[in-house]
Amino acid sequence: MNSQHDILEVNQGLIARLVDSFKRAQDSDLYYSFRRSPVIVSAFIITMIMFFAAFLAPWIAPHQTLDLKTLDLMNAYLPPAWEPNSDPNFLLGTDDQGRDILSGMMFGLRISLGVGFASVIVSAIVGTLLGLLSGYLGGRLDSFIMRVADVQLTFPAILIALLIDGIVGSLLPKAAYNELKLYVLVLAIAASQWVNFARTVRGSTLVEKNKEYVQAAKVIGVHPFWIMVRHVLPNVISPVLVIATLSLALAILTEATLSFLGVGVPPTSPSLGTLIRIGQQYLFSGEWWMTIFPSSALVILVLAVNLLGDWLRDALNPKLR
Amino acid sequence: MLAFIIQRLLQAVVVMLSVSFVSFALFQFVGDPINNMVGQDATAEQRELLRERLGLNDPWPLQFVKYVGNIVQGEFGMSYRVGVPVEDLIADRLPATIELVLVSALLALLIGVPMGVYTGLNRNSWLSRLFLTISLIGISLPTFVIGILLILIFGVWLQWLPTFGRAGVVDLGWWTTSFLTLDGWRSLIMPSITLALFQLTLIMRLIRAEMLEVLRTDYIKFARARGLRNRAVHFRHALKNTLVPVITITGLQIGSLLAFSIITETVFQWPGMGLLILQAIQFVDIPVMSSYLVLIAFLFVLINLIVDLLYFIVDPRLRLDSLGRGAH
Amino acid sequence: MTTPAESNLLEVRNLRVDFQTRRGTLIAVDDVSFEIKAGEVLGVVGESGAGKSLTGAAIIGLLEPPGRISGGEVRLAGKRIDNLAQEQIRQIRGREIGMVFQDPLTSLNPLFRVGEQLIETLQTHADLDEKSARKQAIDWLTEVGIPSPEVRIDQYPHQFSGGMRQRVVIALALCANPKLIIADEPTTALDVSIQAQIISVLKRLCREYGTAVMLITHDMGVIAETADRVAVMYAGRLVEIGEARKVIQNAKHPYTLGLMGSIPTIGDTEEELRQIQGSMPRLAEIPEGCAFNPRCPNVSDRCRKNRPELQPVDESSVACWLFEDSAVPSELS
Repeated sequence: MNSQHDILEVNQGLIARLVDSFKRAQDSDLYYSFRRSPVIVSAFIITMIMFFAAFLAPWIAPHQTLDLKTLDLMNAYLPPAWEPNSDPNFLLGTDDQGRDILSGMMFGLRISLGVGFASVIVSAIVGTLLGLLSGYLGGRLDSFIMRVADVQLTFPAILIALLIDGIVGSLLPKAAYNELKLYVLVLAIAASQWVNFARTVRGSTLVEKNKEYVQAAKVIGVHPFWIMVRHVLPNVISPVLVIATLSLALAILTEATLSFLGVGVPPTSPSLGTLIRIGQQYLFSGEWWMTIFPSSALVILVLAVNLLGDWLRDALNPKLR
Repeated sequence: MLAFIIQRLLQAVVVMLSVSFVSFALFQFVGDPINNMVGQDATAEQRELLRERLGLNDPWPLQFVKYVGNIVQGEFGMSYRVGVPVEDLIADRLPATIELVLVSALLALLIGVPMGVYTGLNRNSWLSRLFLTISLIGISLPTFVIGILLILIFGVWLQWLPTFGRAGVVDLGWWTTSFLTLDGWRSLIMPSITLALFQLTLIMRLIRAEMLEVLRTDYIKFARARGLRNRAVHFRHALKNTLVPVITITGLQIGSLLAFSIITETVFQWPGMGLLILQAIQFVDIPVMSSYLVLIAFLFVLINLIVDLLYFIVDPRLRLDSLGRGAH
Repeated sequence: MTTPAESNLLEVRNLRVDFQTRRGTLIAVDDVSFEIKAGEVLGVVGESGAGKSLTGAAIIGLLEPPGRISGGEVRLAGKRIDNLAQEQIRQIRGREIGMVFQDPLTSLNPLFRVGEQLIETLQTHADLDEKSARKQAIDWLTEVGIPSPEVRIDQYPHQFSGGMRQRVVIALALCANPKLIIADEPTTALDVSIQAQIISVLKRLCREYGTAVMLITHDMGVIAETADRVAVMYAGRLVEIGEARKVIQNAKHPYTLGLMGSIPTIGDTEEELRQIQGSMPRLAEIPEGCAFNPRCPNVSDRCRKNRPELQPVDESSVACWLFEDSAVPSELS
């Protein structure tokens, strides 16, 4: 039948196009500069390893640290496997409750990455939307949004997240607050990040707005919404990617900091920040591993993401080529 | 120029009023102040009396006005947690935070600016690359991790410096300072380095980026084309153009330092505002939270005003002169 | 047609400027040779991207990496200047060779007063105290036609209009009395009504001080008015060079012909604008042989394979195979 034939052709066309764009990607400046830098490649590999470790934690972690029934206080305070008095089952030692540090780190990574990603996605969507609207529609809406952004920019992310957390905490009854803690945290962190997206997207939108293809679409009578989404948006996306990566690093840091301060994730889902806080108490009594290992994991993760973000920004910046 | 100042002042007032309103709203609609002030066995009558006395039955616009009036006179209410006037708590903690922030800001500027200028001018030297690598680590290390590492190395292993608290404090009126004793400085070193590190790397990267941009401009090219010496091109022209936008950023940095001081104070048990607000949030101590909000807003608004003024002084383009006479 | 070497102020021989990129080496200026005599105005024309600005930048030593001089020499009054150390080139800039850039809005540092920028330039090249330098600065402002110079000397660039700024730029370029000025599209960014004024300021001053000018532009009208000789560049190569009037009225190279022909004149009865077919090739895609061959109406096989050299033809020099046989060695004329 004709339609089957058409579908086949379309599919073949699509596949040919995919292969073609893959080949072009390999040949592109982006990939070239990626392959040339061993640091970036390592950063990428490390990030991937951490992502997978976090994602697969419930299945591949040596111990289920979140399951209280599996804990045994007899295992508490064990040092890492290469020190005396250790237990090879607990590669990086245990904490004061007998939880395996390595597994705790994996689950903690999970929470840290989860909250980080969620916040970035929320702030990216909200920020991009507001930036598009602001740039495209202009006028009072634009001034208002930008004013709010300006005022907010003068406050550091931590402070904003902290205050939102505090305010919501005081508005909700205790029980509800504990339930929703994670979501509130994601929202608080997202609220501290949206401005970066909004500003950049607004800037790019302003530039694109005056280009001919937008004018043409307007003349044809395309609805402003579609102009924004189908025409302007694809052209302003690439800086969003850079900001998203750097924002991820910042979100992870913010969450870790808040958890370290005790106002972040609830104790039932400890993130790396929580682990570091718990571990700090034992620094003086010599059980350094409890805080140093989660700290290292956090630092390596953020460093790798920052490196990738930096590289992405330089690679996508036409001016620096 | 006068118009500019007045406009900025008006904006500041508007922001302060809005923040006060939010803070006031917190007070009004969250929890019951009466419950937090009297014991459990107070009767309904006693509560009603207290309500009346505190003016809590007045219409809320009136309460708002009284609230603002109180704030302006420095009365911030009573802490739920401690039962002490909030302004006393603040007066007790503020000096510690301010001194910490000041020292850190100075450190960050004194080290960050020269590093930034150097890496901007000498793009490819090994020292620049070293600085850049350190800076990357600097912004990836969360403040509290830096603090913990410093404590571990200098406090636990080497035992050179005290690991927590603020020592060597001297009273000066209502202000307390640790600047006047050696012990005071020893306890100040690690917290201020911790706090300064993040800002330092930020400043360095900023100045570097700005300097690289400036060095690519036409007017720098033209300066070279006129045969000006490298020293003149770099340190007379490029540096000035670089520093002007950096002023704003630095002003904002102080605000950032105030925020990050919360973390540093937690790590080092430094008795400042940071610990205060954290305890307030955990306890849902509304008066302290609202006062903190207003105080912070005030500080930020003040800093912004000063930065705006500085900008005005430094950049001649902002002095809104129209084209001179005889312009053509 | 070759001029005795000693009387040339500037000699450029076989200059080559290239860019190292990951896609290979791109040659932006390819074997370009010309001279400028003291006090004369050489116009350098060509489309955007023909390599004119890079030639100018190479001469004054302001090529930005990854661009670099990869061949040839540049001589100023007989001495080589393309291979000097940074400090030595710096001493030449401003004092021997000056440069004027295209955009007056960005050529001046917005944070410094106009007077400060003039005085620092004067003091860099001569041992002057504040007062004398300031007086000279005011004199220069008067020279370029800025009214009320004693007042305007203390003003900032943003307080000047575009035309006024370019006058200041010219003053800055000339104030150390260089023997040669490289003017890179000095009027392109200005209003048409201002352009003529700026050109006349430039002309007057250069004539007064005996300064030679290398006037880079894509505007043939300016060349016609101002230049003694003109060099035509295409795709990084010099295709024709000769006395301005001769080249304009009696263009030889097909490209030059196309350029002249494309200028609309009042009284033209043609309906359409005349264009040269096609466009100048990108640096990575310069054709073999004569760079112009894909667009040339008189193209032959030879053009596609062999690159023509500059040959004297009548009183100009042309790089085109059409003229190979009619080339007359100058000794025999």
